[in-house]
Formats: sequence, C-alpha cells, structure tokens
Amino acid sequence: MSAAPKVRLGALETLWFQVGGTVCNLACTHCFVSCSPTNHTHELMSLDEVRPYLEEGAALGVKEYYFTGGEPFLNPDMEAILALVVREYGPATVLTNGLLLDAARCLRLRAIADEGEYSLDLRVSLDGADAESNDRVRGSGAFTRATAGIRNLAAVGLNPVVTATEVYDENGSPQGKERFFALLLSLGIDKPRLKLLPVFRIGAEAERAGAYESWQRLGENDGDELGWDHLQCSSSRMVTDQGVWVCPILVNEPAARMGPALADALGPASLHHPACWTCHVYGVSCRT
Amino acid sequence: MIAAAERARLVAHRGLATWGERQVPLAEFRAAAAAEGVALPPAERDAARCALLARPADDTPVEGPFARIAVCGGIYSNRQALAACLDDAARRGGEAVYCLGDLGGFGPHPEACWPLLLAGHGAAGGPVRCVQGNYEQSLASLREDCNCGYADPRDNHFARLSYGYTARSCSAAFKAWMGALPPRRRVRLTGAGGERELLLVHGSPRRVNEFLFASTTPTPLLAMLCEQERCGGFLCTHTGLPWVRTLPSGEVIANVGVLGRPANDGDPRVRYALVSIGENGVEVEIVRLAYDRQGLAAEMRAERLPEEFVATIESGWWTTCLEVLPAREREASRF
Repeated sequence: MSAAPKVRLGALETLWFQVGGTVCNLACTHCFVSCSPTNHTHELMSLDEVRPYLEEGAALGVKEYYFTGGEPFLNPDMEAILALVVREYGPATVLTNGLLLDAARCLRLRAIADEGEYSLDLRVSLDGADAESNDRVRGSGAFTRATAGIRNLAAVGLNPVVTATEVYDENGSPQGKERFFALLLSLGIDKPRLKLLPVFRIGAEAERAGAYESWQRLGENDGDELGWDHLQCSSSRMVTDQGVWVCPILVNEPAARMGPALADALGPASLHHPACWTCHVYGVSCRT
Repeated sequence: MIAAAERARLVAHRGLATWGERQVPLAEFRAAAAAEGVALPPAERDAARCALLARPADDTPVEGPFARIAVCGGIYSNRQALAACLDDAARRGGEAVYCLGDLGGFGPHPEACWPLLLAGHGAAGGPVRCVQGNYEQSLASLREDCNCGYADPRDNHFARLSYGYTARSCSAAFKAWMGALPPRRRVRLTGAGGERELLLVHGSPRRVNEFLFASTTPTPLLAMLCEQERCGGFLCTHTGLPWVRTLPSGEVIANVGVLGRPANDGDPRVRYALVSIGENGVEVEIVRLAYDRQGLAAEMRAERLPEEFVATIESGWWTTCLEVLPAREREASRF
C-alpha cells in the first residue's frame, strides 16, 4: 500500500458550515456522521461564530456557501445566517431533513430569497419515494413530515433539490428517479430537481451495512487518470464549532481537523481515509 | 409507535461523541480534535492566504486600443445569428468583433460558421477574434465529451447529443483551427473616461467551464479575480445568461450571453454585448438581436436535431440543460 495521496487546494470555492452541529431531530440509520437528538460531537454555530469565517472566506474568494448539520433549522440563528449570507456574501444552500419547514418558516425563507442579492437554495433529504422505504432509513413519520415541508416550500414558490442516497440501489435507477419525480409533482413541485449521492460507509452506515474493506483506500496511482481536482477537498473546506475540517464527510475524525482558521487549512488534504475512496470512485460532488 | 432500535439510536449519544465508529466521552473527542491541525502565527496566515491567491503574470498580448468592440458568446452553430451580429456590430460602430468560444453546439452545420468568422465584419473589422471555449478544446483534442461541466444526467443527455452531432460534422481542418485559438485575450479600450484593459475568457479567468451566473457569483469573488488578473474587468460567457456588474472599485464584469440560443426569458432574440468606455468607465450594452430564426429552425429539423433544441429557438425558453441553473434563474425559467 503506497502512502496516502495529497490533494492541493486550488482555490477555496466552496465553504461549508456544520451549522447544525451533529444535533438532529432524526437518527437515520445511514447517517455518515451519526447525527441524533443527543449527539453533541459538534454543537450548533451561532451567527457570531459564523460571521468571522464568512469574512475570511470572502477575502479568499469563496464562491458558494453550504449549511448542514445535523438539522440546520434546529439552529435558532439559521434564518439570520442565511439572510446575511445571501445579502452580502454569496449564494447559500441549506441541507435540511424538511421536518421543520412549516408554512410560516417557508414564508420567511421566501422573503430571504427575494431580498437577497444572491440565490438561496434548499436541499431536502428523502431516501425513498414512499413512507415505508423512506422511514425504514430515516425514522417513523419522517416521510409524512418531510413531504409536508416540501409542499409548504412549493406553496411559496421555492423549489428544493431533493437529495436521495443510494441506500437503496433502485433510487439511482431510471425507474427509481421517476418515482421521486412523480412524488415531487404530486407535492406541487412543477420542475422537480433530484440529486443522488452514494452512501459513505462510516458512522451509522458502517453499523447498518458494514464498514469499508481494507482494499478500499486510495494510493498515488489511483490519481493517474483523472488526477484529484474533481475531489471536493481540492476546492472546499468545512467549518464546525471546533474549527476547520478538510471536508463535510470527515468531521467525526479528529485527524481531519486542519486548524482554527481558514488560513490554517489552505494546505494539502491527505486522502488517507477510506471515505476518500468513495468520493474518488463515485465522483462525489457535495454541490447542488 | 417507535421501534426499540430506533429509540435507542435517538438517545445513543448522551454525553458521548462519535469518533469514527466509536463513541467516546465528549471531552475526549474535543481534546483530540483540538490537538490536530495547526494554528499558524498571523504572518504565516497572511502568507498562506497570499499563496492561495497568487497567480503568475499573464503574458497574453494586449490588443487594441479600440473605442468600441462587439463581444459575443457561444455561437452554437447558429450561423444566422452570427451573420446578424456581424451586420449589427458594424452598423453600431464596433471596431472589432470578439467571440468568447463554443462555436458549435445545439445548431446545424457547425462548419458553416467558419467562413463568417474568417471574413469578420464590415470594412475595418477583420476576422472575428475568437477565444477558445470548452467545445473547441474538446473537439480539437478529440475528447469524447464537451466538458461543459454539467452534473445532472438530464443535462448531460442533451449535451451528449449536441456534442456528438457537432463532432461528426466538423472537418479535421476546422478542429485543428479551433485547437490553435488562444484560451484568453486582452483588449485595451479607450474613450472619454480614459483607458481600461479587459480580459476576455470563456467560462471564467480560472477555468474554461466555470459557470458564472448572476445569482451565484459573489462580488468579492469578482474583485479577487480582477486583482489576480490585474485587469480592469473581464468578459465571459458559457452560461448562456447575460449580466453586467460594476464593482465598488470600478472594474466591470459582464457575461455577454450567447448568440446560439435565446436567454431563457421567452424572448427569442439572442444577445451579444457592445463594450466601450464612457465618462464613467467601461460601459456594456447587452444587445437583443433578431435574426432569421425560422431559417435556423428549418435547418435544425432537416438535420433531425432534437425537437427540444428547436423549441428553444422558436419560443425563447430553454427546454434542455436546465438542471445547472441556480435556484433563482431556475425559478424564472418556464421549464
């Protein structure tokens, strides 16, 4: 096994915030960061904690800002953060499980989107196009509540990207996608948007479906054909309440922390973790 | 009724952190995390930021000076629109015509644009001054795909049809000519408000297939790119949607749109830009250009190009390659 390859940060284009920490109102069986109502590995981030990183990021030419968790809308500052970002810094995308998208919040998000200089986008996670398959992974009642949230978004003209993992093989098949499209049309979304992501076999998912095999690691030669510039770590970093991490996937690995400030985290990233194999082999883009 | 296993997951982390697949006391995880990484001294942080942002000096020759130029984006084999643009630019006093790349694409008979590009416009203009787009790079290097940069399979489906047709329809000589085009140009404009040097690129100054949409391109990023490139602004295309922005520091950035298809607003006219120096600096006028779109549509149908492409030409609304649009631009889109 050769030494882990290193990836140069070409530009800091994408800045992620673990703004919901690892605290979530669900405990999905495939969550690669094992989020749950009691998981405080990373805590919520306040507007005041986020702001200095926005300033530092803007000076470094960040192009887009992503907000995830845990569930970002458990964070009482979430809407204020989104409003600030789309007004002054750049486009914002928030990744949510959709459970807290009541009608009043959707109206407020509509106002934030309208008043912003830049685009506000939402991604809502579903893992099945029906309650039975979705809730087997995401928990009892998740489907009903998330689809109600999507309906509320549609009612104010916000069109979320539904994000599904390939926790079921069929999700990525043409028939599987059609089922998601049909669901979204039935919820009042007339231009259905869908993003599929592979599962990362870490965190809760390792427990559910098994961890990586020993051969699922990257070596220098694996970059011969494509190089590494397609990897997210060549153009992004993740901020949590505990500092700056190499990517959104590895926040539960202390070794993936790069330092307290963005300037400390501009050096190369090491592809030592088996999850890096998934990013490379599946061409994962965390972007919308 | 919540199953026991689900209930156990909900409460599993009381007082514990997740470290990989293990659960450890919160304090243990935080101490381990705090011990990783580096906290650089202020001077080294400044050096790290400078190193990330540094770009080598650009030796691209500076063309001009001109008082007014016409700049078009992707032609997408729309010969009729190119002809109309050359006439319009000459009539409006454009001293030179620039094209920012993506000569082929949705339309028919891509090579039919070549003589028009070589002949250029009007009496003084000379050949159209082209910048290489991702299409030219891909066609010249015999790549299997257009490298447009789409991520969604629905976008890539139509991108493949479009690129496959174009690749089959271009001669080796045309592809070789595309391969010799410069990836960027610089032009000096002069006028009442002084002189400005603009950079001309396809996608962005840093990447041929970077999408710079109005709603997803932060002003601080544009300022950084202008500083890196030491230019008074830049002109780009690639997205198909035109916009103009003046930075607080005075640089002007414009996406000039494309000649190849309308700008997804229900107006079937296509767009190009006239750029000059006014009293307040660089002025960009986005021109709406009527052309023989019925003639284009007839040729597209005769070539059996997808009806979706023809519908866009006729209606002014995009029917394909929509998933790449940011939320705001998608909301304004019919489909």
